[in-house]
Amino acid sequence: MTQDAGSIRFILNETETALSDLASTATLLDYLRLERRLTGTKEGCAEGDCGACTVLVGRLVGRELVYESVNACIRFTGSLHATHVVTVEHLAAKDGILHPVQQAMVDFHGSQCGFCTPGFVMSLYGLWLAKDAPSRADIEKALQGNLCRCTGYEPIVRAAEAVAKARPSAVFDPIVKMRASITARLASLKTTQTIRITSGDDQLIVPGTVSDLGDILAEHPAATIVAGSTDVGLWVTKQFRRINPVVFINGLDELQAIAETPDGLTIGAGVSYSMAFSKIAATYPAFGALIDRIGGEQVRNMGTIGGNIANGSPIGDTPPPLIALGATVTLRSKGSVRTLLLEDFYIEYGKQDRKPGEFVESLFIPRMPQTERFAVYKISKRRDEDISALCGAFRIALDGDNRVTSARIAFGGMAGTPKRAANVESALVGKD
Amino acid sequence: MDNTTFEERKTIAGPMHATLRHDSAHKHVAGSADYIDDMPEPAGTLHGALGMTDRAHAEIVTMDLSAVAAAPGVVCVLTAKDMPHSNDISPSHLDDEPVLADGLVQFHGQPAFAVIAETRDIARRAARLAKITYRDLPHLTDITDALDHGGTLVTKPLALQRGDADTELELAPRRLQGKMRIGGQEHFYLESHIAFAIPGEDDEITVWSSTQHPSEIQHMVGHVLGVPSNAVTVNVRRMGGGFGGKETQGNQFAVLAAVAAKKLNRAVKFRPDRDEDMTATGKRHDFLVDYDVGFDDDGRINAVKANYAARCGYSSDLSGPVTDRALFHADSSYFYPHVKLTSQPLKTNTVSNTAYRGFGGPQGMLGGERIIEEIAYTLGKDPLEIRKLNFYGETGSGRDVTPYHQTVEDNIIHRIVADLETSSDYQARRAAIIAFNKNSRVIRKGIALTPVKFGISFTMTAFNQAGALVHIYQDGSIHLNHGGTEMGQGLYTKVAQVLADSFQVDINRVKITATTTGKVPNTSATAASSGTDLNGMATYDAARQIKERLVAFAVERWQTTPENVTFVANHVKIGEELVPFAEFVKLAYFARVQLSAAGFYKTPKIHWDRNTGRGTPFYYYAYGASVSEVSIDTLTGEYMVDRVDVLHDVGKSLNPAIDIGQIEGGFVQGMGWLTTEELWWDAKGRLRTHAPSTYKIPLASDRPKIFNVKLAEWAENAEQTVGRSKAVGEPPFMLPISVLEALSMAVASVADYRECPRLDAPATPERVLMAVERLRAGKA
Repeated sequence: MTQDAGSIRFILNETETALSDLASTATLLDYLRLERRLTGTKEGCAEGDCGACTVLVGRLVGRELVYESVNACIRFTGSLHATHVVTVEHLAAKDGILHPVQQAMVDFHGSQCGFCTPGFVMSLYGLWLAKDAPSRADIEKALQGNLCRCTGYEPIVRAAEAVAKARPSAVFDPIVKMRASITARLASLKTTQTIRITSGDDQLIVPGTVSDLGDILAEHPAATIVAGSTDVGLWVTKQFRRINPVVFINGLDELQAIAETPDGLTIGAGVSYSMAFSKIAATYPAFGALIDRIGGEQVRNMGTIGGNIANGSPIGDTPPPLIALGATVTLRSKGSVRTLLLEDFYIEYGKQDRKPGEFVESLFIPRMPQTERFAVYKISKRRDEDISALCGAFRIALDGDNRVTSARIAFGGMAGTPKRAANVESALVGKD
Repeated sequence: MDNTTFEERKTIAGPMHATLRHDSAHKHVAGSADYIDDMPEPAGTLHGALGMTDRAHAEIVTMDLSAVAAAPGVVCVLTAKDMPHSNDISPSHLDDEPVLADGLVQFHGQPAFAVIAETRDIARRAARLAKITYRDLPHLTDITDALDHGGTLVTKPLALQRGDADTELELAPRRLQGKMRIGGQEHFYLESHIAFAIPGEDDEITVWSSTQHPSEIQHMVGHVLGVPSNAVTVNVRRMGGGFGGKETQGNQFAVLAAVAAKKLNRAVKFRPDRDEDMTATGKRHDFLVDYDVGFDDDGRINAVKANYAARCGYSSDLSGPVTDRALFHADSSYFYPHVKLTSQPLKTNTVSNTAYRGFGGPQGMLGGERIIEEIAYTLGKDPLEIRKLNFYGETGSGRDVTPYHQTVEDNIIHRIVADLETSSDYQARRAAIIAFNKNSRVIRKGIALTPVKFGISFTMTAFNQAGALVHIYQDGSIHLNHGGTEMGQGLYTKVAQVLADSFQVDINRVKITATTTGKVPNTSATAASSGTDLNGMATYDAARQIKERLVAFAVERWQTTPENVTFVANHVKIGEELVPFAEFVKLAYFARVQLSAAGFYKTPKIHWDRNTGRGTPFYYYAYGASVSEVSIDTLTGEYMVDRVDVLHDVGKSLNPAIDIGQIEGGFVQGMGWLTTEELWWDAKGRLRTHAPSTYKIPLASDRPKIFNVKLAEWAENAEQTVGRSKAVGEPPFMLPISVLEALSMAVASVADYRECPRLDAPATPERVLMAVERLRAGKA
């Protein structure tokens, strides 16, 4: 029985939607296809790797309405409060006239079997909204999370280039046209009230504030915290793991902050890879280049560095560079806060120093002195959107004679946890 | 008649040879193209899920399905004994492929039961509640495992022989032997398998299946249910990709959906999850090629002996014809004066491998190209030089007979290669790369030019037939149906062009309708690149019949002669009178002219005797060549494809845009096969690369940085194919062999090109790195 203790409210294309009877791990893709019969969005893999299910999700970042491509297959519907979900059906005009992005795909023969096509259209649409004159690299990056087996991508890239060049100024575009009203509607949906939807023993909780989150986790220490669901999504779609309660933290503005001080960079646990990218890349270009190779664009738009740290995977991509840079992680729980070195957070495979009720609040990357050098390398079977076979990060300090005075070297994919190569580090000290 | 309008419309929209977008392009981009899972479901539709085993080879001792059946929402559980008439769906009719494992598990993941439930989620969850106990049997996963344990075959092997290879190898001035491992490949069609069955009256059933072979689904459903083919109707409007993976592999899902639908009298849908699809359906065959070649100091081949051992999986499926086609292409584009080729279709405890774009041809050809590469490195020459020396000669040159005794009559490989060598600036770039490598410590480059010659026709001669059904309605609109299926390759578009061209009407007058066994019977799989050749001609034949009747009608009504009746743009011209097509059709209807026809086509000339290894299995050959340039990082094995130039022969193209799409797409797919796509089984025989997270097909950023694709505009099919076009589905898949060979050259540079790196496929970064290390160690 559902206790009517709240509802998830969002806008789907043009329809305002309120869901008060919702399973905690119901996916957006199933909602679109099975409940709304919006079948343009396809299931290709149900694990966020192929992009056939790509939709845009608009959300308020500060006061700005930002649209990002996401994988509907691993996005939980419960995480959509105060968002605008845009599916492929929303693009064409009511008279059937195609959106310029769609038309370019037609004109350049960008579809063959057509099954991946709606996903490509949505990724290209996201790029079209975000960038006026994307480079080839921008296009490839926007398409990193979309697999096509028929075309070899060439015509799709041509379509993307053509639509960027020939951008009609007064084009009909559902988002451009509605931006102001959608912004206002989303602002009115935003709430600092905690939303709880309970059905039987299944609980879906969207905390209104970080303080509420602390209380909720104190009450439910076994709760699963979900930020981007790029990992937890697969527990559900592939492993049928029962996770309960589910606590969605992606809407918490307090965890979305990025703060830069002379000492370094503080990144909230809810900050996505995409949002963190520019700040990190500005200071550490090599780290930025690594972030560009994590998942596809959709995964980077959903996934968070906080989640990448907290899930404790030995092959997560961000822990090696963060450990090499001496990052610290701040853990919070109801009534307490503590900060520890990231490398100390990892105890052994599958085990982190996170006590019941604690959650990752933020991480801090100390500024590296200008005399030191930093590099990070990832080796994988496929260059982009692949799991690291090995990720190695190197921070080296040299004296005036180019002699190593200190070294911090961390690897992923070499042990049960992301780990420093202590022997290598000490062997290097004093070497030319 | 308004003369101005007529003058403006001298030609129709969408004739043959015109560039035309895919017929569904608009719907694809709008999300309104319906795939089977997008169709509205009748009330009460149920959903199926596979119950999979977790042994590679074992007897099932007990199978307790009580928890599965008891799960809320589960309607029934099917096992082998629930198959009404037969539990076999062997496409080769060797009775070796059970629908559901009956006591014996032969590959890891083999389905042993199926769950039918109110929702797909319930069915999938319930499928995991089975308690199965096993008695383990030894399992053989790999080709070498199988060879080491007696080399059991799943079907009869083939031998092709001409001259006396054994003696000539002994006499050869130079001789070398080697082995090459060639990996398999997952199709990774974006739409996984799906079947949707709706029960009808009596014994009738209708099945929508994502299949390249509706007639096969019809036969299998009929066979398992024990009903005649006339009770089973199979429909398919479009697939989200096929690539051979939906030639036979859809049988299990269609049959299970049909059995459940008849049993429960409810609609049943079966859609495996991606991981289940990749685990339970077959892939491209892996091969181990053993070769022995005799040649002279110039590099001219005199004798080749090669054995092609293939991982076929636990059953025969299509492994016989696949391994046959490997042998048919082991010569690649080269004349072997003395040759002996053998196949070894090995039984392994893995999922039964199946058709995949090229159908064994790519593996055969890759072996042939490796031989060339080996000779080149041995002699210190550019492989291209060795290639040119060994190409099939012109007809009558005495160097024009294949190992299967077919004379190559349409050879254009010399011109293709010469044109491409010039247009790609191959020689200058190769010299520049060799110079670059001398001074580059970490990054090394490679370049290669490789040819393609691919035989067109099903080697099973009977399959080279097709039917079409064309109706003209009273309003002049035309209904088109044929036996081919649309999987993205643009077949429907091309065949509609043929029909529009035949009647000289705009293509938008032609309604392309879903393939169905109810309209055109006894169809062959849409496979072997033959879709347009066969169905285009059958459609042409249907149009011809109707046109003949229409001409006869006009002759009578206008009291003229047949030469005076012509079909011109959207009109029929009788003498000097122009009658709009629709008006003309209406008149014909009132004159009681039959406006419908069933067309038929069978490929002429071909025959094949497998027992003697002699015949003319192929109607013609399609040719092409590519030049690839790559860079590798010798410290990590990572690489990039910097530039690719392709020149490809599609005869006189029916639709250049669609043909170029097939070439670009085929190239990248073939490149994936040879580079990052690695299938990997663990010690327990479990496939561990069963999802895109672990199985890596190329991304947009992997495609060649510069990618120049050109059709050989001067080419025309020497045979009377539809519009003198050529098949295009499979041949381009083999073009990226040049990528592998370019990687090989970059690796070889670390040992001054003295040694052939013998890169196995796929050349993953790891394998490239290992080869670099191996060559460096050898050099030291």
